[in-house]
Amino acid sequence: MTSENAMLEEFAQREYEHGFVTEIESDAIEPGLSEDVVRLISSKKNEPEWLLEWRLKAYRHWLTMEEPEWHNVKYPKIDHQASVYYSAPKKKPKLNSLDEVDPILLETYEKLGIPLHEQKVLANVAVDAVFDSVSIATTYRETLEKHGVIFLPFSEAVQEYPELVKKYLGSVIPTSDNYYAALNSAVFSDGSFCFIPKGVRCPMELSTYFRINAENTGQFERTLIVAEEGAYVSYLEGCTAPKRDEHQLHAAVVELVALDDAEIKYSTVQNWYPGDSEGKGGIYNFVTKRGACRGENSKISWTQVETGSAITWKYPSVILQGDNSVGEFYSVAVTANHQQADTGTKMIHIGKNTKSTIISKGISAGVGQNSYRGEVKMMKGATNGRNFSQCDSLLIGDRCGAHTFPYIEVRNTTAKVEHEASTSKVGEDQIYYLRQRGLSTEDAVNMIVNGFCKEVYDVLPMEFALEARKLLNVSLEGSVG
Amino acid sequence: MLEIKNLHARAEDNEILKGVNLQVRPGEIHAIMGPNGSGKSTLSHIIAGREDYEVTEGEILYNGKDLLDMDIEERAAEGVFLAFQYPVEIAGVSNKYFLRTAMNSVRKYHDEAPIKRKEFLALLKENLEKLGMDKVMMDRSVNEDFSGGEKKRNEILQMAMLQPTLAVLDETDSGLDIDALKIVADGVNALRSPERATIVVTHYQRLLDYIVPDHVHVLAGGKIVRSGDKSLAFELEEKGYGFLQEEAVAT
Repeated sequence: MTSENAMLEEFAQREYEHGFVTEIESDAIEPGLSEDVVRLISSKKNEPEWLLEWRLKAYRHWLTMEEPEWHNVKYPKIDHQASVYYSAPKKKPKLNSLDEVDPILLETYEKLGIPLHEQKVLANVAVDAVFDSVSIATTYRETLEKHGVIFLPFSEAVQEYPELVKKYLGSVIPTSDNYYAALNSAVFSDGSFCFIPKGVRCPMELSTYFRINAENTGQFERTLIVAEEGAYVSYLEGCTAPKRDEHQLHAAVVELVALDDAEIKYSTVQNWYPGDSEGKGGIYNFVTKRGACRGENSKISWTQVETGSAITWKYPSVILQGDNSVGEFYSVAVTANHQQADTGTKMIHIGKNTKSTIISKGISAGVGQNSYRGEVKMMKGATNGRNFSQCDSLLIGDRCGAHTFPYIEVRNTTAKVEHEASTSKVGEDQIYYLRQRGLSTEDAVNMIVNGFCKEVYDVLPMEFALEARKLLNVSLEGSVG
Repeated sequence: MLEIKNLHARAEDNEILKGVNLQVRPGEIHAIMGPNGSGKSTLSHIIAGREDYEVTEGEILYNGKDLLDMDIEERAAEGVFLAFQYPVEIAGVSNKYFLRTAMNSVRKYHDEAPIKRKEFLALLKENLEKLGMDKVMMDRSVNEDFSGGEKKRNEILQMAMLQPTLAVLDETDSGLDIDALKIVADGVNALRSPERATIVVTHYQRLLDYIVPDHVHVLAGGKIVRSGDKSLAFELEEKGYGFLQEEAVAT
C-alpha cells in the first residue's frame, strides 16, 4: 500500500514544459511604484487625460488599502516596490503583417503552440498575444471587421475607440473594488478589448494568450468584453510563463458586459509556471474577473481549467441584473506539489427569474491545498431566482488538502439555492482495477482524474477541451515506469 | 499454463495461504470452492497481482514465466483476467471508452495498432447482444449506478472483449438471479477453447450447473484439502464444508 502511495506522490511531481526564457531586448522601466510610474506608463501609451486620471484615482485609492488576508493561502508579503511595472519588447511590432513581428517572438509563440501564422489558424481562432506587457499581434482582424467585431489590444482600443472604452471600463469592477483590482487599474499595461455589436454572432472564437517573459515583472493586463443586444461571443484565454526562482505577480482584471439577449462564453486554460517541487518560484495569480448580465435574457458563462500558478486567487463572478439572465461557472482547479488555490465564484442574483449554475472540481496532489470559495446571493428582487452548486474534491495521495467555503445569502423567499459537495480519493482499488485491465498506473490515474472533470470538459470548446485534458495529464505526470 | 507451487501468502500479520498447489492446463475449467475466509479471493487477487498481499513462499508460473515477478498490467496484457467480486466504479468515464482504452493498452503491449473504431463497435455490439445488455450502458460511467447483476455482466463483457488466456472469476455468481447466472455462464462457456483456461471461484455449487468444471478443488484453511471432478461439488452441496475443515485441522 505504501508503494502505491509513493507512486501517487511521484505522480504529483510535475514537469512544466513552457519554462523557457526568450532572449529579447526589452524596454523596461525601473522597478518600483509611485505616481510618477503611473504617469510614465500612461504617457508611454500616449493615453488620453481621462485615462491617466482614472489610473491615478485607482492608485491613490490603492495606497489606502490593505493586502487581503482572508483567503486560505499562505505566502510572504509581496514587496510591490521590487517589481517592474512596464516591460515591452524593444522592436515595436507592426500589427498589419505578422512578417514584421520579431522572429524570436514568433518562435516563442510557436514553442507554445499558438497558431499565430494565419495559414495555420485552421481552428478558426482569432488570436491576440500579450507578451510581458504589450500586445504583439492580433490575427484575423480583417474578417472580424467585416462583421463589425472589434478585437484589439487594449492600448489600441484606447486610441481608436476611446468612447467605447470610457463607457465600459471599470463599469463592472470599479477601481476601488479590491486591492489587486485597484493595483491593476493603476498600472495595467495592455490586454484585449472586444466589442460585439448588436445582433452579431462572432464568426469565430476569439483568443488571447498571455506570456510573462521578463524577470521581476508583474503582468497586469486588462480585458474588457462587451456584447451588445443579441450578440454572442466565445472567448478563450491561455497563459504561460518561464521557470524562474522568484515569484512573479500576475494581477489581471477581466470585465464582461452582456446586454439584452447577449451571451458571452469565457474559457480559460491557465498554465502559469507553478513553481518547482520544493515550492520555489511560480506565479502569484491574483485575478479579478466579473461579468455583468446587464440585459434581460443575457447569459455569461465562465469555464476555467486552472493547472498552473504557485498561488491562484480568483473568483470569476456574475452579476445577474437583467431579468431571466443566466450565470454559469465551471471550474477545474489542480494543485500539485506546493501549489495553493483559493478559487470559486460569486453569483449575485438581482433580477427576476435569474438562474445560476456552479460546478467546481478541485484536484489536490502532493502537498497542494485547494479551496473552493463561493458566494450565492439572492437579493430582494430576485423573485424565483435559482442556483445550483456542486463542489467536488478529489485527493491524490494523503498529504494534500481540500476545503470548501460556501456563503449563501437569500433575501427573497421565492428563491431557491441548492448546494452539493463531495470529497473523494483516487482509490487504490480503482487503480488496481484499471491496471488489471491493462492500463499503466499513469494512464489509470489520468483516466480517473479526467473522468472526475468530465462535466467541466463537456462545456469547454472542443479544441480547448483537448488541450485541457493534455495539460492535466502533464500536470500529474510522474516518473512512474 | 498455470502452475502454483507451495504458495504461502499473508496480508499484514495474517497468514492466509499456507501452501497451495494447483496446476491448470489449457482448455480446462477449474472450480475452487470453499467456506468463507478460506483464502479463495486472496488466491484470485494474488494471481491478478494485488499489492496488499505478501507472498512469503512458493511460486506461480504462467506459461513458463514467473508470474509474481510481473506488474499487474503486464499480467493483464499477457492474458490474465480477473472478474471482480466487487467491480469498481469510475465516475465520468464511459464504459465504452474504458473498454477501448483497455483493449488498446493490451494491443500496445503486443506492439499492435489500436483497434479501429468500426471494428471495435462491431465487436461490442456482438458481445452486448450475447450478454443481453442494453447498449445504453456503454455510455454510462463504468459501473456507476449499476445494479449488482449489471456489474457482474459488465465484468463478463470486459472478459469477452479482452479475450483473456486465463480468466479468474471471483464469486461472479454472488448476487445474481438464475437468469443472469445463465447469461454469465453462457459468456464463460462461449470463451471456452483449447487455448484458454478458466478458474471459477465460488462458494456455491449452483454456478457449476451451468459452467461445468473439469476439476473441482476445495480450499480450506489456506490449503487445497481435496481435489476431484465435478461430483465433488455435489458432495459438498450435500454435506457442507464442515467435514473438510475438520480434515484440514487434522492434517
